[in-house]
Amino acid sequence: MKKKKFLTLGVMLLLILSTILAACGGSDDKDSGSKDNASGGNSAGSGGEKTLVYGRGGDSVALDPAVVTDGESFSITGNIYETLVSFGQKDMTINPGLAESWEPSEDGLTYTFKLKEGVKFHDGTDFNAEAVVKNVERWKASTDKFPYYSSQFTVSGEHVIESVTADGDYTVVFKLSQPQAPFLKNIAMSPFAIASPTAFEADEEGLSTQPVGTGPFKFVSWVRNDAITIEKNPDYHIDGLPKLDKVIYRSIPENSARLNELLAGNIDVADGINPSDKATIEGDANLQLIERPSMNVGYLGLTVTRPPFDNVKVRQAVNYAIDKQTIVDAFYEGLAEPAKNPMPPVIAGYNEDTVGYEYDPEKAKALLAEAGYDGKEIELWAMPVPRPYMPDGQKIAEAIQKNLEDVGIKSKIVSFEWATYLEKAQNGEADAFLLGWTGDNGDADNFLYTLLDADNIGSNNYTFYDNPELHKILVAAQTEIDEDKRNELYKQAQEIISEDAPWVPIAHSTPILGASTKVVNYSAHPKGSDRLVEVDLQ
Amino acid sequence: MLHYMGRRLLQLIPVLLGMTFIVFMLIRAIPGNPAQVILGQQATKEAVEALNASLGLDKPWYTQYFSYLAGVFQGDLGVSLRTRLPVAEEIFPYLAATAELALFAMIIAIIVGVNAGIISAWFQNSWFDYTAMIIALIGVSVPVFWLGLMEQWVFGNQLGWLPTSGREDVRNPINSITHFYLLDTLIQGRFDQFFEVLKRLVLPGIALATIPMAIIARITRSSMLEVMRSDYVRTARAKGQKMFVVVYKHALKNAIIPVLTIIGLQTGLLLGGAILTETIFSWPGIGRYIYDAIGFRDYPVIQSGILVVAFIFIMINLIVDLLYTVIDPRIKYK
Repeated sequence: MKKKKFLTLGVMLLLILSTILAACGGSDDKDSGSKDNASGGNSAGSGGEKTLVYGRGGDSVALDPAVVTDGESFSITGNIYETLVSFGQKDMTINPGLAESWEPSEDGLTYTFKLKEGVKFHDGTDFNAEAVVKNVERWKASTDKFPYYSSQFTVSGEHVIESVTADGDYTVVFKLSQPQAPFLKNIAMSPFAIASPTAFEADEEGLSTQPVGTGPFKFVSWVRNDAITIEKNPDYHIDGLPKLDKVIYRSIPENSARLNELLAGNIDVADGINPSDKATIEGDANLQLIERPSMNVGYLGLTVTRPPFDNVKVRQAVNYAIDKQTIVDAFYEGLAEPAKNPMPPVIAGYNEDTVGYEYDPEKAKALLAEAGYDGKEIELWAMPVPRPYMPDGQKIAEAIQKNLEDVGIKSKIVSFEWATYLEKAQNGEADAFLLGWTGDNGDADNFLYTLLDADNIGSNNYTFYDNPELHKILVAAQTEIDEDKRNELYKQAQEIISEDAPWVPIAHSTPILGASTKVVNYSAHPKGSDRLVEVDLQ
Repeated sequence: MLHYMGRRLLQLIPVLLGMTFIVFMLIRAIPGNPAQVILGQQATKEAVEALNASLGLDKPWYTQYFSYLAGVFQGDLGVSLRTRLPVAEEIFPYLAATAELALFAMIIAIIVGVNAGIISAWFQNSWFDYTAMIIALIGVSVPVFWLGLMEQWVFGNQLGWLPTSGREDVRNPINSITHFYLLDTLIQGRFDQFFEVLKRLVLPGIALATIPMAIIARITRSSMLEVMRSDYVRTARAKGQKMFVVVYKHALKNAIIPVLTIIGLQTGLLLGGAILTETIFSWPGIGRYIYDAIGFRDYPVIQSGILVVAFIFIMINLIVDLLYTVIDPRIKYK
């Protein structure tokens, strides 16, 4: 009896549900009809409506450029927001952005920016001097919330930007507390994009999910870990741009799945292509390979506080022992050049004349004998994650292990989960470790000071390398505004570093992207996130 | 019955409490500092310390634990350290994505698995029995990762029959209301999108269904074999009942209890997210959400994510226990 009741109840429920569904479908008919028309219009005009689908490895963290630090967030915010001055399409030169022109004072303490007129934020707010002032004041108000602001614009707790004032509607004056040579390069970085003050005054956290900038694209939607959609800003302040109507960023975490999607034509651009998949893309007539200009370094760090690497001769010996060219050929598929300095050649101040260390196992053995190396086994740390500067940590570590063995250094390869790896290395627990760096602003300071100065021991100076003479030079270079003098200082610094050999610089790699041949005008930017304002689909 | 349910729900509390404690201690035992991970490699020491302080991570562990617990009891699952969004708000779309896939996979697993098991028992030692059980053995042993990639290669790349990644066609986005896309598209009467979503469920669904399907088939078979030998089944056959009716009506009813247990456990497991399947098929599910959170040391997401998943797991098993009484009136809870 009971069961029958259940059954009838179930059937009735089903009936009711289907009636509701039918009713909903009915009432929605008009609605969905119009939607169909709209989408019909879209697909009919797919020649007219240009949608680019971009495949990448991870999702963004947040869409407020001031609070994030990850490249996947900047690749979106760089298209929604704009900075006062901007980097070139393919290089790190400084070009006009929201500011038409700028004028530094003689002493390098004052920068006067003339702003572009007639620019509006996506929410209709006018872009003017007041908006810039409000943005800078927002960054200054809380340093722990805005990581890039505190790393670029504070020096031991002091603000570098002393004040920002509006002089009329379209002139902004920055006063600095000390000269900062890379000031313009810093202000051009994505985290210092100007956001709509109306938006962040209404809701401080709101920009993270509802970004409002002045850029070529407006935010549409975000399905986490899946897709972010942005669309053309019809009122963009440069006529005729952007060319695309819509860009959809899909997160496809698995590299081979992403390549498959590109091969199948479901995505138009795929970022983070393995060097080993280069041939697949080149072999497909519908695809093109896009090279990202190199602005990175992959290196083997030698912790100078741990024996045997506390002896400079052992460090130099390791430098002679490692065959960089073979590593570059085997694991970077030739998409890299062997490194001799800690920073890549594209950066001003690069020292061509550094002698460096040729591959010379005999010399290495001689140095080891001189140093009295006891033959104790060392730990060789292999990065657990692929990065453009280190496509396969495990295999590169194996090659290095063989090189070291040839000169009589025994090593054991170890690896940890990524966050653990970084923390342990930061604490100086590694003997020799693989790591790398991609530049933020194209300045030598961002490599040499950040990675090798004593000030950064415990953060980015993982080798605990501490040379007071080098420190003096690097600090002097930070405030030196004469470009030539400054480059000279960096050249000296590179020679000192090469002599002291806290690293074995391995390679400066060229990351690659794959794209459909329909994609034109795509210029991959060295800093790793690309502006799509001029990109078109044919 | 109500008394029983009340007792079971009360038992939930110490179980979940103990679990939050273990998870809380475990993730703090592993090295890696959330502030450092959030701020990235370029962060200065001062910035890391400042962020640690503003996140409250510099407080002693018990203060952190009890303030987390206090939040949970008020329905506050914490705020993600990375995205700075409330976990309770963030987690639902991921759960829905996983649930849709898991339920789809379980439907395949149950239909195929139960029937394969029944037929194998019915025709014991026949070629069907042998083939089905060998396939089931392969099914439980095959690595999901490999199976997923093979599916993509064969059905996506070579044959081009089915889409291989994502929940929807991003060029024709779904206007999401419930985050269950099959339901959303039906409500809105968008049948083109409904079939698109269905197509996208097939490959990850099969990859995910393989293991439960194989387990269900094996359990069903052995359970059926036992029941088929019992007296009442012989009586039913002696009465001249059709074999089909004997198997599917009389025997199955008594054999289904252990199968139901397995179905409950497997559904719970799948709802916990399947990191490998979700990664290969770019599925924005709960498994990847929690897994990514571990990489970023996003403590609140790890803690609350696991808490929610554990809660669902326990609830499903409770429901299964209650279903026993519906299927077998001899089972009574006091």
